[in-house]
Amino acid sequence: MPKGEVAERQFIRFSRLQRILHICMIVSFMCLALTGLTLKFSYTKWAAVLSHLLGGFENAGYIHRSAAVVMFGVFITHLVDLYKLKKREHASWRVLLLGPGSMIPNRRDLAEFVGTLKWFVGRGERPAYGRWTYWEKFDYFAVFWGIAVIGSTGLTLWFPVLFTRFLPGSFLNVATIIHSDEGLLATGFIFTVHFFNTHLRPEKFPMDITVFTGRMELEELKRDKPREYEALVASGELEEKMEEAYPAIVTRTIRAFAWGALAVGFSIVLWIIYAMLFAYR
Amino acid sequence: MAETKVVRRKRRAGLRIIVATLLATVFSLLFSESPGRAARRETDQPGAECLACHGEKSMNTTRAGKTVSLYVDGKKFATSVHGSFGCTGCHADLEGKELPHETPARVKCGTCHATEQEQHARSLHGKAIARGDPLAPRCVNCHGNHDIYPVKDPRSAVTPLKVPFVCGQCHREGTPVSRNRPIPQDNILENYSESIHGEALLKKGLSVAPTCATCHTAHLILPHTDPASSIARRNIAATCTKCHSQIEAVHRKIIRGALWEKEANVLPACVDCHQPHKIRNVFYSQGMADADCMHCHVDEKLRRARDGQSMYVSVGEVSHSRHNKVACSQCHSEVNASRVRPCETITHEADCTSCHDEIGKQYMSSIHGQLVGKNNPNAPSCKECHGTHGVLGKQDPQSLTFATNVPLLCGRCHREGQKAAVRYTGRQHEIIANYTESIHGKLLKNGLTVTATCTSCHTAHRILPRTDPESSVSAANVPATCGRCHHGIEEQFENSIHAQRVSGSAKELPICSDCHTAHAIRRTDQDNFRLDVMTTCGRCHAEIAKTYFDTYHGKVSRLGYTKAAKCYDCHGSHDVLRVTDPRSHLSRANVAATCQKCHAGATRRFAGYLTHATHHDPRKYPFLFYTFWGMTTLLLVTFVVGGMHTLLWLPRAFQMRQELRAAEAKRSATPETPASKDKESTDA
Repeated sequence: MPKGEVAERQFIRFSRLQRILHICMIVSFMCLALTGLTLKFSYTKWAAVLSHLLGGFENAGYIHRSAAVVMFGVFITHLVDLYKLKKREHASWRVLLLGPGSMIPNRRDLAEFVGTLKWFVGRGERPAYGRWTYWEKFDYFAVFWGIAVIGSTGLTLWFPVLFTRFLPGSFLNVATIIHSDEGLLATGFIFTVHFFNTHLRPEKFPMDITVFTGRMELEELKRDKPREYEALVASGELEEKMEEAYPAIVTRTIRAFAWGALAVGFSIVLWIIYAMLFAYR
Repeated sequence: MAETKVVRRKRRAGLRIIVATLLATVFSLLFSESPGRAARRETDQPGAECLACHGEKSMNTTRAGKTVSLYVDGKKFATSVHGSFGCTGCHADLEGKELPHETPARVKCGTCHATEQEQHARSLHGKAIARGDPLAPRCVNCHGNHDIYPVKDPRSAVTPLKVPFVCGQCHREGTPVSRNRPIPQDNILENYSESIHGEALLKKGLSVAPTCATCHTAHLILPHTDPASSIARRNIAATCTKCHSQIEAVHRKIIRGALWEKEANVLPACVDCHQPHKIRNVFYSQGMADADCMHCHVDEKLRRARDGQSMYVSVGEVSHSRHNKVACSQCHSEVNASRVRPCETITHEADCTSCHDEIGKQYMSSIHGQLVGKNNPNAPSCKECHGTHGVLGKQDPQSLTFATNVPLLCGRCHREGQKAAVRYTGRQHEIIANYTESIHGKLLKNGLTVTATCTSCHTAHRILPRTDPESSVSAANVPATCGRCHHGIEEQFENSIHAQRVSGSAKELPICSDCHTAHAIRRTDQDNFRLDVMTTCGRCHAEIAKTYFDTYHGKVSRLGYTKAAKCYDCHGSHDVLRVTDPRSHLSRANVAATCQKCHAGATRRFAGYLTHATHHDPRKYPFLFYTFWGMTTLLLVTFVVGGMHTLLWLPRAFQMRQELRAAEAKRSATPETPASKDKESTDA
């Protein structure tokens, strides 16, 4: 952007807190994935090297548990934020949960999913998505599910003596399998499907960094979330949701971070594939 | 006589039998040729009255149920030294008795032979009689009774030529005396007969050659521990010099022979070199003094003509050695003093076994000795380890065989690349390097001399390969060998399932070295040991070790986490037992306490954690198996659905990208600045 020009104004999609939470989530998730997978794939040479790089297994364990605490923190902060949002903007849970800004899947999402599949196979136009598409909602609830399943089993493994006061000892074996495989599922899904669906779609190349900047171009909003755009225009709220774009240096920095995270994520995926296909036992 | 009447009465029956048997034997031997003569009455002889009855060969009586001959050979008695005394000279209690008389009292030889009687009473034999020893000899046992001749008379029972046999009646192998009495020497008669003394007496008939009585005396026979004994250390020289009066001329090392008698405690006694009864004419017949040898060997430039090897002997070295009291010729025994150069008869190296007999036998049975036997030039002989003239005891810190020097000593050949290591085909390598780094080696380096060195396990002289069942390091002997120091552990091990006795297994069971290694033995609390033990146990317990790695403990251990439980943390190390054994660390009663070693507050339920569980076994662990496959299905479904969705999306996404590019190209083709265009669109 040439000097002296007025900065471009962009649509605000994510609040500051949401952006911070996503970054915290990335960092803690990466840490959990790396340290957890070294244990899961302890029989590969990779795992030994990585464990060594992380300062030995004991250190890796500390990192894993600290990251878990951060993850729990992110989760709770988000729930508190939702509660505040409800207090600030909505009178009832019903509006919050079933309104157009809600993450709860509804009948329209099903219709859009079917419409999308038709579009994929050339049997129809691309559906006019609203604020949250069905795959974004899926990703969102996958985290809920993941935190519930991985978090609860993780806690039993963290405090086995406490939990075996009322659970059988062999439950720890079951918890290990669930924790480990669910972790694999989360890692695999985030680093492939989520990466593609949200950040790396060819039309958005090199990368969609909306979740980091919180901003998206108006053109993109029109194109990707036409229903939301129209609703905003109709209600006249659009203008109050526009802000100046970040200077180039900020976006560049964000891109660098995002690429770093992507690189780590893809490396992990490659390692998982290697471990599952060539070294599995 | 010291005996009381009561005691004597008790013994009478037994003694009579002995006396009577002896009499019968002697008489039957002497007169078996001419029975007619015995029947003839010799009335002109002293004691003719007695012989009227006792001259009859058939005369006998029954004592203690045995028939005892009462026959006396009158002619023999007449020619004996006592012949002129008549019967009552000795049997004084029968003087004037009515016939037939009572059994006479035992003859008291001491009445005339007071000195001999007194000596005998003080001697071993006399004391044994006083103790009531039925095997103890009385006068008649050596001298006979009615046929006693002067000692020099060949007919005497104790003439020098017969003495070894008289003594030998009791002091030869297999007699009740040799078997049942504590006599430190063995094969006395055989050794004597092969000694130079015995040879001279028995083979060459040299009647002045010493017999038993020459050294032990005839009547005052005392044990060598008795200071009054003729063979006591301080008296032996005097005893030997009775004959070998010029001995100091031969043993010139001792300036005055008198020293042997005056300071016998500081000087070697004759028997130190010339073993009693075995005095060999081969080695020491001709004395050699060190001075004779040192006459030449003091020269530093002395060389052997054959190969130029130095023949110099350092007097200082010898005088500080353990052999400083041993004469040259004791080791270099082939010297011949009668030659001008006494050593020219030497054809062999010094023979250490002439003194160190037992060690020599051990050595010859060892692998070192066996190799010597096969003429292997690399095989170590005694001097290889012990040195030559400067030989020191293993207690001397300067000695090559002192504990801290042993690994260096053995390392000369057994270090990698050296001659013993080169011919070795077994599985132990870097032996010395590994030992030095081992716990034993480190302790030794710190100066702890009681720690294990090479010889502690392999022995010093009985070294044999592991494969030899006799070896101290054979599979069967290793626990006992280690147990010599680690006794408590050996006890635990011998009661563990790994002991053959407990398990009764036909399989090869582990021994100490299988887990601890042979030479690189580490502290068990060190990381390497803790991490290696998993694969160590896994060498035999392959399946169970594999499942260990499927669970938390195994996984983190594999990543190098030493604190996680290893096999022996739960199963015990040396006291490992079946988990079904109530004494096992993992028995129902003990398992919670075992978990509590790491997991404070662990309960029985906590111990229900399956430390060797695998999700691959649907029969043993169905719930793990189905959990795993449930999770896997969830994963597969999610990935397939997600993946398909993405793959289907891709073509459309590329299509969108192209359309966007085209639209952008169209926009940039219009003559507007992109900024103003953007502004417009934003405003719109």
